[in-house]
Amino acid sequence: MASKQHANWSPYDNNGGTCVAIAGADYCVIAADTRMSSGYNILTRDYSKICKLADKCLLASSGFQADVRALQKVLTARHLIYQHQHNKQMSCPAMGQLLSNTLYYKRFFPYYAFNVLGGLDEKGQGCVFTYDAVGSYERVVYSTQGSGSTLIMPVLDNKLKAPSPLILPAKDAVTPLIESEAVDLVKDVFASAVERDIYTGDRLEIVVVKPDGIRREFIELRKD
Amino acid sequence: MNSIDSTPAKQGLASIEGSERTLYPYVTGTSVIGIKYKDGILIAADMGGSYGSTLRYKSVERIKPIGKHSLLGASGEISDFQEILKYLDELIVYDNMWDDGNSLGPKEVHNYLTRVMYNRRNKFNPLWNSLVLGGVKKGQKYLGMVSMIGVHFEDNHIATGFGNHLARPILREEWHENISFEDGVKLLEKCMRVLLYRDRSAINKLQIAKITESGVFVSQPYALKTFWGYSAFENPTKGAEGSW
Amino acid sequence: MTKAAIHVPPKGGFSFDLCRRNEMLAQNGLKPPCSFKKTGTTIVGLIFQDGVILGADTRATEGPIVADKNCEKIHYMAPNIYCCGAGTAADTEAVTDMVSSQLQLHRYHTGRESRVVTALSLLKSHLFNYQGHVSAALVLGGVDVTGPHLHTIYPHGSTDTLPFATMGSGSLAAMAVFESKYKEGLTRDEGIQLVSEAICSGIFNDLGSGSNVDVCVITKGHKEYLRNHQQPNPRTYVSSKGYSFVKGHTEVLTTKITPLKEKVEVIEGGDAMEE
Repeated sequence: MASKQHANWSPYDNNGGTCVAIAGADYCVIAADTRMSSGYNILTRDYSKICKLADKCLLASSGFQADVRALQKVLTARHLIYQHQHNKQMSCPAMGQLLSNTLYYKRFFPYYAFNVLGGLDEKGQGCVFTYDAVGSYERVVYSTQGSGSTLIMPVLDNKLKAPSPLILPAKDAVTPLIESEAVDLVKDVFASAVERDIYTGDRLEIVVVKPDGIRREFIELRKD
Repeated sequence: MNSIDSTPAKQGLASIEGSERTLYPYVTGTSVIGIKYKDGILIAADMGGSYGSTLRYKSVERIKPIGKHSLLGASGEISDFQEILKYLDELIVYDNMWDDGNSLGPKEVHNYLTRVMYNRRNKFNPLWNSLVLGGVKKGQKYLGMVSMIGVHFEDNHIATGFGNHLARPILREEWHENISFEDGVKLLEKCMRVLLYRDRSAINKLQIAKITESGVFVSQPYALKTFWGYSAFENPTKGAEGSW
Repeated sequence: MTKAAIHVPPKGGFSFDLCRRNEMLAQNGLKPPCSFKKTGTTIVGLIFQDGVILGADTRATEGPIVADKNCEKIHYMAPNIYCCGAGTAADTEAVTDMVSSQLQLHRYHTGRESRVVTALSLLKSHLFNYQGHVSAALVLGGVDVTGPHLHTIYPHGSTDTLPFATMGSGSLAAMAVFESKYKEGLTRDEGIQLVSEAICSGIFNDLGSGSNVDVCVITKGHKEYLRNHQQPNPRTYVSSKGYSFVKGHTEVLTTKITPLKEKVEVIEGGDAMEE
């Protein structure tokens, strides 16, 4: 029987976007495009997906924007409390664990957010954590998440492949690239992903974290 | 419309607590468009209230001033919008009672709305609206929107619903930072006309509201001039004789 | 009541048995192997003072991935008729090719120029017969002995006759341009300009459309196919140095070489073949 035609709703949407992070010896590059879309529509061409959580710790997230924003708010609030209690900034690995716990807390009504956390660890070395939507995470040397990740990951694998963790003695878990090479690689993989992924585009925001501070730059991407 | 009180609402989550939720909208308003202009914000919306595909109400005010510095436009369920207005009234009155010479600006109101909308979606009981919030405070122009599931952003121009498909392309092409009041109104009217032609629930009775540092002004309802005189419209089958 | 239905041989027409079967399978949770090239598209057409102008973007998508960055969506129907296609690429191509060949045969038979209505009728009857399962949404334009014509054809076979038309996922973005700027009696240059603008509107506002602008101008006894009339989306960044993908990124664990054995012996200068 033809039931009454009515609009149905879903609590989730996918607002697209791609994030990349690369850890170097004394730097970390975190990048994401600034397009926010819904279906075949571009909602806005200039929405930053990168959120500064601590002095040396940034979070890049794609997925469902409302969840992403809620997640960012929880983490910033938790970090504020941490500062009041410990009188210092949270370290990146600590934030990594906090993010995992926060995601798993909503295991059965998940935050639809795909995160890459990048920054410097206590030793000043670049570190990257990569997540799934419910909090499974891993420290890696480089990672990408979001709609264009399947296009970008193999290129990063080829250019930055980490030494196998099975090799002994253990090798450094940072990329062999220098900072400028890593930034150049990030720009190029995004320019390539934009050619083939319809949900990625408009502008690229790149943040470089180094012991002496944070640098931010933008380049234009295809707008179609 | 016997089906309204029948099954759909009784299924799924609604029955768990035995309470009613908005699982689909009843009376809805169509697109709202907003732009920043030289001295502030302009928002346009028509005055139709659709009951399904029936044009049920023709004088629904969908743009309302909020406090001293903000203007709110709404598409979607009209009753939910009126509920939101109640929340906001309470918010503004409570804020006023501090009497500290401080008042909520558009940014604060927008943030409040994003939280209300997101919270309701978390309870699986959404407010069925897309909201456009514009305002000016301390020389700072602000224009943002929130959807029914809490997706929100700021931009120089914003459109909800069908406006996203039909008005945004025009706005992206023709909007600029220093657009004057007159040109801004012309631009909005152009968008509203296209919506009128192509959105079946749009009606030719609209309001345009402006907000600047010096206050809010909501226009009287008026109609746009339309053109239907293309010669090809006069005898459509002329070009396809011998076909169906 | 007594006799079971007597088997009657089919009288021709179309069989939708498989559609019903597919529906049943889908209802039971089967996911069809769906990787069609759906040309999420912007296609447009308009009538100007001395003919018709058609336009299209050049992006073909498979889900979220761009399958072809520079495909052709303006199809040849007859020397004086062209047709833009949106929907499933295979369907638009097949249906336009089929009708195009029927038009050619009709021209051989009659020795006269094809008419746009003929193409229109052939297209819509084919699409109607398939009840929307051939998912082609078309903008058909051409100039024949009765003048310039522009039509839209929907997948179910309904048609429309219009002074300006848009189709595909970018149709609203493009229509926004037409509804605010179209006038009757445009010149050729104004027409091309407006069509390009409408296509660009689709390219930049609709994620299903992208890359370049194709335009086709048809006038009495003449046509001009402007392939890649505009290319508004160049790559924005190229790495300063190229890439060399060095071998050895995958560890080699064991090596075993199996030499090919020759299985066929080739004899030079055998017997001559029999007549």
